[in-house]
Amino acid sequence: MIASIAFYVFAAILLVSAAMVVTARNPVHSVLFLILSFFNAAALFLLAGAEFLAMILVIVYVGAVAVLFLFVVMMLDVNFAELRGGFQRYLPVGATVGAVLFVELALVLGGWQIAPDAGQLRFAPQPPDVHNTAALGRLIYTDYVLLFQIAGLVLMVAMIGAIVLTLRERKTSRHQSIAAQVGRDVRDTLELVNMPLGVGVSEFYRPLVEQPPPLHSDQPVIAHAGGGHGDGGHHAAEKR
Amino acid sequence: MQSVLGSYFPILVFIAIAGVIALALVLGSVLAARQKPYPEKLSAYECGFEAFDDARRRFDVRFYLVSLLFIIFDLEVAFLFPWAVSLSHIGWFGFLSMMGFLAVLTVGFIYEWCKGALDWE
Repeated sequence: MIASIAFYVFAAILLVSAAMVVTARNPVHSVLFLILSFFNAAALFLLAGAEFLAMILVIVYVGAVAVLFLFVVMMLDVNFAELRGGFQRYLPVGATVGAVLFVELALVLGGWQIAPDAGQLRFAPQPPDVHNTAALGRLIYTDYVLLFQIAGLVLMVAMIGAIVLTLRERKTSRHQSIAAQVGRDVRDTLELVNMPLGVGVSEFYRPLVEQPPPLHSDQPVIAHAGGGHGDGGHHAAEKR
Repeated sequence: MQSVLGSYFPILVFIAIAGVIALALVLGSVLAARQKPYPEKLSAYECGFEAFDDARRRFDVRFYLVSLLFIIFDLEVAFLFPWAVSLSHIGWFGFLSMMGFLAVLTVGFIYEWCKGALDWE
């Protein structure tokens, strides 16, 4: 009793949200309604006994595919005014295509006959004393090994295709060069000098890594302008 | 099958309670509180400032790449669950078939590692 009430509730929410996906004006709202319909479809799977499919639907579709759809919606930069502007122009063509599709669907569904034993097949026959996930696992990796390997190849092709299509090298990017960082030596960057008393720094300053730009000759060196004693470090002051 | 459904009954109870609480909060504020909207109250609120920008900004395509790669590995992991629970039953053949699957995807993983698709600037 509870199961049938839950079925009708979930099915009703699923249908309403699926209708809202195609009628919502804002594409972001469409994606959110799509997520709601995914959740309800997962609940229906659960009611039909397909536990594993229900959980995969939540993990993969809600967790990943819906996020991907949101990215696509955000990336497309849809201009709604422009879209509505073409409505009048494309109305005849669109109406023709829609009518043809409708007639086709009506023909197909008119001649549809439900198989007599479909009622028993509606709920997947569950092997006794094996839960759903284990029952799937006993079939996928041995009986359907070829399809399983093809699925792996399809996933690899998707991976490579995504990288080929979207990855662009940016020459301006500053990558961290870990080998250069780790291979740096202390002697390249640091030098310990015993300074005699009264001697300026510039006598001893021998940069190892890179030379700083030389000071302009007629500019007084501020550190020495206070009249230091000793014979070093007064080049700028003496020239003046 | 009835036992499986019975173990999901607490989740159904939680969904019902969540729905009741959400409805009570929204309906309570509609019924009990005074509703006096004006444009300033209804405008977008962004940390006390006017909205800086349109919310529908275009994303960099690299976010898309990361999420696509995430989906692929998500599916790979999804295949691992039935394999793990039925491993004692499917024997060496099932084990090796999963190893082949993982090897194929590892080739793709090495490719994307070497192409630098996982690097961020």
